[in-house]
Amino acid sequence: MAEKNMMIPAEKFTFVQKDAVIKDKKLETKARSYMADAWIRFKKNKSSVVAAIILLILVLYAFIVPLVSPYKVADKDPDKRYVSFPPFVRSVADQNRGILDGAVQITSINEVGYQRLLAMGEETSMNPVIRITGMTTTQEKQRGKMVDVHFYSLEVNAYYQIGIVYRVLSYNEYERIQAWQKETGIQVIYPWVESKDIKNIEDPNIWYKVSDNKGTAKLDKQGNRVPAYSSNAAIEGAPYDSIRVPSDDGSYIYSIHKSGAVQVRMNYYNYTIFVTGHHPDHLFGVTSKCEDLMTAIGVGARFSLVFAICVSLINLTIGAVYGAIQGYYGGYVDLILDRISDILSGLPFTVCVVLFQYHMAGTKFGVIGAFLLAFVVTGWIGMAHLTRRQFYRFKGQEYILAARTLGASDKRLIFKHIFPNAIGSIITSCALVIPSVISSETSLTYLGIVNVSREFGASLGDLLSTGQTFCQKYPFALFFPALYFSLLLISFNLFGNGLRDAFNPSNRGLED
Amino acid sequence: MGKYILQRLTLMLVTFFIITFACFALIRMLPLPVLDPGDVHGQIAQLRREAMGYNKPIIEQFVIFMKGLFTRWDWGVSDKLYLGQDVWKLFVDKLPPTMLTNLYSILFAIPVGIILGIIAALKKNSGLDHFISTSTMVFISVPSFVYASLVQYFLCFKLGWFPLIMKTGTNYFTKDMFLSMIPAVFSLSFGVIAGFTRTTRAELTEVLTSEFMLLARTKGLTKGQATVRHALRNCMVVILPAIFGDFIGIMSGSLIIEQIFSIPGVGKLYLNSINAPDYPLFLLLSCFYLAVGLLAGLIVDISYGFIDPRIRVGSKK
Repeated sequence: MAEKNMMIPAEKFTFVQKDAVIKDKKLETKARSYMADAWIRFKKNKSSVVAAIILLILVLYAFIVPLVSPYKVADKDPDKRYVSFPPFVRSVADQNRGILDGAVQITSINEVGYQRLLAMGEETSMNPVIRITGMTTTQEKQRGKMVDVHFYSLEVNAYYQIGIVYRVLSYNEYERIQAWQKETGIQVIYPWVESKDIKNIEDPNIWYKVSDNKGTAKLDKQGNRVPAYSSNAAIEGAPYDSIRVPSDDGSYIYSIHKSGAVQVRMNYYNYTIFVTGHHPDHLFGVTSKCEDLMTAIGVGARFSLVFAICVSLINLTIGAVYGAIQGYYGGYVDLILDRISDILSGLPFTVCVVLFQYHMAGTKFGVIGAFLLAFVVTGWIGMAHLTRRQFYRFKGQEYILAARTLGASDKRLIFKHIFPNAIGSIITSCALVIPSVISSETSLTYLGIVNVSREFGASLGDLLSTGQTFCQKYPFALFFPALYFSLLLISFNLFGNGLRDAFNPSNRGLED
Repeated sequence: MGKYILQRLTLMLVTFFIITFACFALIRMLPLPVLDPGDVHGQIAQLRREAMGYNKPIIEQFVIFMKGLFTRWDWGVSDKLYLGQDVWKLFVDKLPPTMLTNLYSILFAIPVGIILGIIAALKKNSGLDHFISTSTMVFISVPSFVYASLVQYFLCFKLGWFPLIMKTGTNYFTKDMFLSMIPAVFSLSFGVIAGFTRTTRAELTEVLTSEFMLLARTKGLTKGQATVRHALRNCMVVILPAIFGDFIGIMSGSLIIEQIFSIPGVGKLYLNSINAPDYPLFLLLSCFYLAVGLLAGLIVDISYGFIDPRIRVGSKK
């Protein structure tokens, strides 16, 4: 009531300067918002822009590759024979350009072994020998006279080198493969060779007549190998009605009995096509666990990115609230909270992670939940310090005093007046927190302290550590994950630095 | 200053005890492997556990532990990795390789880092500076195990200059041993070099543009004199504490580098104790890392006070 009486009617107000001429000119430049200003400054920083683009590509890789790749991370070839195989793409390998050809070095191959490889190429029309890289000749006494013995160093295609394998098939699968062969024209099953016809050698890749039990080929007059395919219908496992080899007059058998099933000689490469529906193309090669490396990197990186973002967001929230309380209230509250964070910050990170793993990895939190919590225990401290500093900077300013005089509550002052001012620097520091989380997360999975792969399929740390173990033999297995990981961290850091400089005008020119 | 040091020291001790207690409690709360009562070793282990106070409240166990620690410096015995051996002895045996590799690496890395930083700052915005700054950026961003793997692959395997892993044995001062440590020393150095280069460059560029440098030049000092006597001395305010901190840190070593190069050091022991798991060993090493970390922080903070008069005055308020 009293307030109503005090109100002054609007018509009693008059403008003092209603007719006065305003001398100062309005600014003619366009107003530029804080964001627009930051954006302009960010664009000027060429290295950050490049880093941002690379980062975008890497992030897209992590999210898209696992989706579009023909492989799931758990996909393996049928018999898990593709262990640490180098990069290979069939269409590129056939052009013989020296890349993506699945090449591995093998040494000390004698003449018979070399001929065996060539014979594999003859039978399956996939020649494993890419090139001869070296040859040593030694003299050896054989049957009383000295003969030259050659040893080859070869570069062979690891995928073709497997050639033919023995395999037991159910009747059903045997029928399905035959039907598939007819449909696609790709031959999986090859004629059976009895080992008694080849001097009792148990090697599926010897299909020709041999003159001794080492596997030396017996050649005909033209110097060609003579097939030793069996046509002994008595041991035939099941009738065969599909693609036959060219030399076949219809009498060769393609399978033998094997306890309620059939055993065949099959081309392993073509069999993987039958099982998976595509060539075993692996752009980055295969890991030591038979996984497609390209997919595994994608899956691992996706985990790292999502994990790091979650950790940063949680730490950001806790740190901001904690720091806000410290900075706003000051005094004893600040002192006590500061001691608490001081003590916590003394806790070595590894100890914290290990204790969480010991206690919680087996519970419903799981390995990853425990890992996340370990990051949260000490991770928020940096953010709290930052927020606290920002609060000390802003809380003494006049506009806060004005707001307080107008009766704003503590909550309103913190969240409406101070926080928005501090948010720029808090968020940009988040861009630098993410790579540091990725880096320490990867270090711990690398050491095997935290086993993420079991729950998540793959992790960059695991890939790097197995790559490191086998790097002498299979450098690609280290190279690709290391490249991805390094690029990710470098571009993240450059991008974060650019962002920080862009949002912080006073920092301009000081930072490198 | 004395009051400040005392304050920090007290805080450090309090922190140490609180965290040690927390670790101790968390470790003692873990389930222990079940023992075979028919086996002699099992019976001994059972007796030892009772002596350690298992089945009593945690606080009581902690008192027993602390009593043993202060009267006999008894950290317990290993119960899995090195059955029955004194963990303190095990730990002391593993210290030399870790300390040596780290010492070599910082003796090499700190001068190189500072010199590179000075060059970059003096030739600011030249091609050389961009090169140094970019490499610094790369080495700071990428964790050491990536380039440790590369060092091992190229220097040790492809070029064959050094052995792949550290030589075994305890003759730490032979030429072969030194040679076999070099890859690890290298890998440890990159990060330190990058850190010092960045700090030195940032500090020095800032100091070089300040007004007292202009004054030094106007009063007749050559550029070299002004840089060494005025600019560099000011940089040291930041660099020296970092050096002190690193010297304390040589004890802790790096888990990953020791793993890659098979250095029989503390890091490797720690990793093994985690994976075993060997709780007494884990507790000792956790306390050790905690102490090293706290001590390094303390030394850095106090040395700031000694080196920089501005901070010294500030602490008296």
